[in-house]
Amino acid sequence: MYKVKVYVTLRENVLDPQGNAVKGALHSLNYREVQDVRIGKFMELLVEKSDRDIDAVVKEMCEKLLANTVIEDYRYEIEEVVVQ
Amino acid sequence: MKFAVVVFPGSNCDVDMYHAISDELGEEVEYVWHDVDSLDDFDAILLPGGFSYGDYLRSGAIARFSNVMKAIKKAADEGKPILGVCNGFQILLEAGLLPGAMRRNNTLTFICRPVKLRVENNETMFTSQYERGEVITIPIAHGEGNYYCDEQTLQQLTANNQIVFRYEGENPNGSLQNIAGIVNEKGNVLGMMPHPERAVHELLGGADGLKLFQSIVTYWRDAHVVTT
Repeated sequence: MYKVKVYVTLRENVLDPQGNAVKGALHSLNYREVQDVRIGKFMELLVEKSDRDIDAVVKEMCEKLLANTVIEDYRYEIEEVVVQ
Repeated sequence: MKFAVVVFPGSNCDVDMYHAISDELGEEVEYVWHDVDSLDDFDAILLPGGFSYGDYLRSGAIARFSNVMKAIKKAADEGKPILGVCNGFQILLEAGLLPGAMRRNNTLTFICRPVKLRVENNETMFTSQYERGEVITIPIAHGEGNYYCDEQTLQQLTANNQIVFRYEGENPNGSLQNIAGIVNEKGNVLGMMPHPERAVHELLGGADGLKLFQSIVTYWRDAHVVTT
């Protein structure tokens, strides 16, 4: 079994209105050192082993559904786990 | 002429769309559930607004994998008029039938009010009954209507005259170049955030949306009805 962590964020050149609002809030709390805030999504998938390469499968899922690559970037981490 | 209103779990403007076609336009219309295999019996396909699949993940991201989408792609290839309004537009973007994507409104709020639109292109099957440059009032109701596409796509949209509606005056959501509605390259798939089906009678506050539906009928009659 694999535990897959998928992180989806807006692409760097795409304005992130939520991130900007949160940055403004942090500044108003006097965290002036905050340069940028990007808000994204975190997804955790539990995936059974199959004949297919897990890396290829996760990449395919990200491209097809989990991220919209017109405006979003994604990255993921794959960890092998033992499920009791 | 026979219209289909495609209903997804979470659609909520399907009834308004149906009403606009049957009562105000006076044409045949049927609800079609999202799991059907074929839309061959219909002359035009309408994707209504709402919150298909609760807008989970992204607006339209899950609806685009509905069974009916295969039939919608087929109808698009055949050149049938396909109109996606609001969530319907978002679904068409996610499905790749139109280029670009939606971001959250730059105000971060859900906006529900009438806005002014400029008809940029009146040479489409959806806008022939408007004047070019005509300013119309149509309601919007969305939280994610902040249209985005890359520079290259924008150039193509502009060069091919695919930008059909722009917000006039104030831009309510931050959309690129004030874009409110676009067509595909072939011109038979229109996506727009404003709701023409909510502006089909003076009792609703205005009837500026009716001409959009009348344009579709005019196009279809010209193509299919032989007059002697």
